[in-house]
Amino acid sequence: MVKNNGFDKFSGSADYVTSEPLRNVVNVSIALGKPLLIRGEPGTGKTLLAHSIAKGLGKRLITWNIKSTTKAQEGLYVYDTVQRLNDSRFGDKDVSNIKQYIKLGKLGQSFAAKEQVVLLIDEVDKADVEFPNDLLNELDEMSFYIPETEETVKAIHRPITVITSNAEKELPDAFLRRCIFHYIEFPDPTLMEQIVKVHFPELKGKLLGEAMKTFYMLREIDDFRKKPSTSELIDWIRVLIAAGVPHDDIASEIPFIGTLLKKETDFYYFTKRYMTKTGDKYMMRKR
Amino acid sequence: MFTYFFYLLKSKKVPVSMTEWMTFMEALDKGCVKSLDDFYFLSRAILVKSESYFDQFDVAFQEFAQGVENAQDISDQIWEWLKDPLNKALYDEAQKAACDTMKLDELMKELEKRLKEQTEQHDGGNHWIGRGGTSPFGHSGYHPGGIRIGGESRNRSAVQIAAERRFRNYRSDITLDTRQMKIALKRLRQLTRTGPEDELNLDKTIDATAKNYGEIELIWQRARKNTVKVLLLMDVGGSMDPFSLMCSQLFSAAHSSSHFRDFQYYYFHNCIYDNVYDNIERYQAVSTNHLLNTLTSDYKLIIVGDARMAPWELSERWGAVNYYERNDIPGINWLKRIADHFTHAVWLNPDSPQYWDNYTVELIAKAFPMFPLTLDGLDMAVQKLVVKR
Repeated sequence: MVKNNGFDKFSGSADYVTSEPLRNVVNVSIALGKPLLIRGEPGTGKTLLAHSIAKGLGKRLITWNIKSTTKAQEGLYVYDTVQRLNDSRFGDKDVSNIKQYIKLGKLGQSFAAKEQVVLLIDEVDKADVEFPNDLLNELDEMSFYIPETEETVKAIHRPITVITSNAEKELPDAFLRRCIFHYIEFPDPTLMEQIVKVHFPELKGKLLGEAMKTFYMLREIDDFRKKPSTSELIDWIRVLIAAGVPHDDIASEIPFIGTLLKKETDFYYFTKRYMTKTGDKYMMRKR
Repeated sequence: MFTYFFYLLKSKKVPVSMTEWMTFMEALDKGCVKSLDDFYFLSRAILVKSESYFDQFDVAFQEFAQGVENAQDISDQIWEWLKDPLNKALYDEAQKAACDTMKLDELMKELEKRLKEQTEQHDGGNHWIGRGGTSPFGHSGYHPGGIRIGGESRNRSAVQIAAERRFRNYRSDITLDTRQMKIALKRLRQLTRTGPEDELNLDKTIDATAKNYGEIELIWQRARKNTVKVLLLMDVGGSMDPFSLMCSQLFSAAHSSSHFRDFQYYYFHNCIYDNVYDNIERYQAVSTNHLLNTLTSDYKLIIVGDARMAPWELSERWGAVNYYERNDIPGINWLKRIADHFTHAVWLNPDSPQYWDNYTVELIAKAFPMFPLTLDGLDMAVQKLVVKR
């Protein structure tokens, strides 16, 4: 770990388990003041990382959820011309003061904040292809100019920026050059065990072991349309505990398999190939 | 300092830029790196911006850290593995017992033999070297005495991680899965304003309102939608059988891409003649002329096929491989008619380009721009489809 440079701050938070490379990358991105671009399989906790950084460092989190219709400008500020026009018609306000019609967007808010904040730009690839390019300068300089009021909004403290992407669209090279990149791999069993323990501190060894064994067995099957991910495992364990399933039955019957396999085709594929049905009950086939 | 590493990355085709290199230098300057592990993860985070380059990066890093020549030569890795008796110690007693059913010598001989026979990447199955199978070679498989090539290990150092090259799957020049294909196909778009006028045009509204002496006048416009229409023709059966998974993935990617205005697909065998088929078992035929008459020339045409057949299937009247097709017009002429009709057309070939020096493949590549059916190939094909020929 890096130390004594005034930026080594993030070391995970109580409810979020990170690997050491990820922690280092977060700290480096804080040190360099560059946005951190996070990619990875669904359910590996990309969005939660920003929450965890905010929590771990005790900073405010500003989330900008990107939709397909989001424009870069909206993140900076919106000039509510329609409101102003409307006010001017009824004349009950001083419309010459444009300032009151300028509303800062999420990016604007994070720049204007008095203290350092964590800015999460979630699912940046949902927006139009040109979207990231429109933010290049703003993310570089961490400032922008509002021509209407002739003001410049400049970040006092560069926000810790976390950007998540699902690789639905390719991001422009110019944008990528300005980011620090980390790909969150699917957690290996050791890390996964830690993650599960965070959610279920009381969990007993046998149930955990059996559940993990079954889960990684399912992950090995490449033919699934949607492989079960971390959140599915946690849901499944929750159900197993609630239902009080005997520990020996977990691997052989895979009860509540619906919480793990969410696509109908996956379910049929698996039960047909790997299980036998006796009455209403499915059993794993012996290898 | 590490300028050699920079050029090494470049030579492995990892796209690194000066900006990123300077950022990396800044990070080094700030003392972010304390060990080789730090160096590995930090340089990767700053210099590499897509997991599809992790593999190339690992190769470069390996060479940088150890001066290992020929990191790509997997057989070296295997020999290293075989020579190291410690690897056997990793197994527990039961597995060892199972392992002994096949002697190491035998295993080595067998491996050498299979490596010679095998020419492509292979997953699943019980004979070839690959992943997830029951063959004694490869990784993530079920043969306890098997030889793992790559795969996972404990207490990994950066060099070991690099040596593992776990990101091989993500290389963009390797055949892709549906999701990646969908992304590639998404770029196939052409936005035009259609549908009901339900979008407020603010600029025009302000203009109109101003002209209207401040009385608000709202101006609406149509939303922008994708107007791309796609026609997919796929070769099935015979020499295409090895590629059926890949083709069905492309098909499902295109099929589930809801953003096309129209998507039509038909099948053919080897070459297109008088008819194409809209049922995969090839019972229901649609005449090719009907397609050419009913589909406007602005349909983007994607043909998938290995373009390999007997020369006469292309050049001769009645040359069709199915005797009942009795084509009066030779196949190549049909293909040229189709190519002339559609202004945007590409041919995707699942076969690797190294096998394209074949008479029929070359002939067809003259009629249609041909691309390999990989992520990179699909990218190039989509770019070709966006602009007119």
